[in-house]
Amino acid sequence: MHAQISATTYRALGILWVLLAALPWIAPNNYWLNLGTLWLTNLLLIASLNLLMGYSGQISLAHGAFYGIGAYVSGVLGAKYGVSPWIGLPVALVATGVVAFAVGWPTLRLRGHYLAMATLGFNAIASVLFVELRDWTGGPNGLVNIPPYTLFGVKLDSDRSFYFLALIAVGIALVLLLNLLDSRTGRALRALSTAEVGAQCMGVDVHRYKILVFVVSAMFAALAGCLYAHHNAFVSPESFDFMVSTMLVVMVALGGTGHWWGAFLGALIYTVLPEVLRSFGDLELLIFGVSLILVLLFFPRGMGGALDLLCAKIAGLRSRGPGAKPPSADARGAGADS
Amino acid sequence: MDASLLLQLAFGGIVSGSIYALVALGFNVVFKSTDAINFTQGEWVMAGGMLAAWIHQQFAWPLVMLVPLAVGCIALLGLVSERLSIYPLSRPTPMAITLVTIGIAITTKALVMLTLGKQPMSLPSFSGAESIAIGGASLQPQALWIVGLLLATMLGVHLFFERTLLGKAMKAAAADRDAAALVGINVARTVMWCFVIAAGTGALAGIIITPMTLTSFAAGTVLGFKGFSAAMLGGLGSLRGALAGGLLLGLLESFAAAFISSKYKDAVAFVVLLLLLFFRPSGLLGRAQIQKI
Repeated sequence: MHAQISATTYRALGILWVLLAALPWIAPNNYWLNLGTLWLTNLLLIASLNLLMGYSGQISLAHGAFYGIGAYVSGVLGAKYGVSPWIGLPVALVATGVVAFAVGWPTLRLRGHYLAMATLGFNAIASVLFVELRDWTGGPNGLVNIPPYTLFGVKLDSDRSFYFLALIAVGIALVLLLNLLDSRTGRALRALSTAEVGAQCMGVDVHRYKILVFVVSAMFAALAGCLYAHHNAFVSPESFDFMVSTMLVVMVALGGTGHWWGAFLGALIYTVLPEVLRSFGDLELLIFGVSLILVLLFFPRGMGGALDLLCAKIAGLRSRGPGAKPPSADARGAGADS
Repeated sequence: MDASLLLQLAFGGIVSGSIYALVALGFNVVFKSTDAINFTQGEWVMAGGMLAAWIHQQFAWPLVMLVPLAVGCIALLGLVSERLSIYPLSRPTPMAITLVTIGIAITTKALVMLTLGKQPMSLPSFSGAESIAIGGASLQPQALWIVGLLLATMLGVHLFFERTLLGKAMKAAAADRDAAALVGINVARTVMWCFVIAAGTGALAGIIITPMTLTSFAAGTVLGFKGFSAAMLGGLGSLRGALAGGLLLGLLESFAAAFISSKYKDAVAFVVLLLLLFFRPSGLLGRAQIQKI
């Protein structure tokens, strides 16, 4: 991601979005359209987690919980209190941001595994609350009757209309993310991801920026949660549990930690893989586990890193192409202090 | 609130806490040598229980043969897993190892499911099922086995690290990889032995809890999760921390279920964990990490 945010990145994103806008006319049926919608939500989740993992070198095991808080806050407001999803959205974002701040503030001061541990515990607490606050959340059976988004009195509940809503929402979110990375804040983040102590010496308030990244990434997850809840009209606790958070971390790594386009590939794997593996029946789990190990062994920088190498080869480039960039945040790992 | 109920709750907490402690031990051994969080730990616990139950079902061998055999097989599985997937890593950063262990965990679970089946399995108690009455509370004999074997394992692992050459080499490699390598210690091999110990002790935990709870291929995640929480409570990387963290977690769950709410018992344990992380991040018995720049 570093030093790659340029006009080209914006342009590539624009072209991709124009192509994606054509999907409803190309897709043979609504199954493909729904996969597209799912991919967009997953992209938001993985790109935001990638922001955190790529820049602060920390793992969050609560991304599923923030996703869930977004979904439940907006969902419960809509289903139980008749609040418009358009009001539910900012409420959910702010609520998630406040919670993330409360979890991140004490733990991000410390280096090492503390954020991973605190977020793991936090996800467990959130899972218990999603189940046990029955009056609001509907308990283990889930929350039903979540209203769809409406625009000028028109319900956006058809597959096609919601796809466009997701396309626009995720597109805006990604541009915001790019802007953030391209700003003074982005430069500070880049500095702290390459040399934390160095950045600190240059006057970068490392703690503040880490919290900022953590809170922003949690709020993007909450946005994904809102979209999911009002599209699905139903949410249940297991969509946001510890395993979901773990899988999101895995997908960031598979895509390439800290690699802007890696998140797109990670989201693609996360969306398509279950569909592909389903035909293998009981072998599904084994194939997934083994391929995960193989990718990590042979592409330590994920699919994004592999793509860079491929591009560099194809272009027959100078020795310092994008594939040869110095080891970035993924090399530092969560235990950077060891 | 009478004394016998308190005693009963304490017994329950100590038994589940002993299991958590044994699972936490494996986490800590691997964490100490690699700085990574070993997501496979819970699956080894499950695999140990499943394998022992399967051997019992197929061959009805006595426990003295069955338990060491199952522990040995899972320890071997730990060794093979490490050699095939951790050892070849070109850059074994803690993050990379952690992610690979997620892959090993999924693979292990899948292998158990495919070979030993999806049915829940059980083992008979080690010495009868007749409860013992102590001070108005009842205790299953299996509980005594669990606590006894936990203490024996803790002592064994402690002696291994303090008294044997290999154990000392492993401690040295964990303390400073480069310095250990300079004095001729094969650091990669010490990592391998850590995985063997973690898998073996995990399998033992899975075997001794199976007579009380049953086991199935899906049981690993929760056990691993609890064990990891115990390791965090006690302080990652410390043997005594595993013991303290495990027992504390078990007792917290047991008393929280009785006095606060059984629905929120899991949340109570994690709230304590968060508070501990906020106010004493190195865990109950862990030492603060000093950062040299």
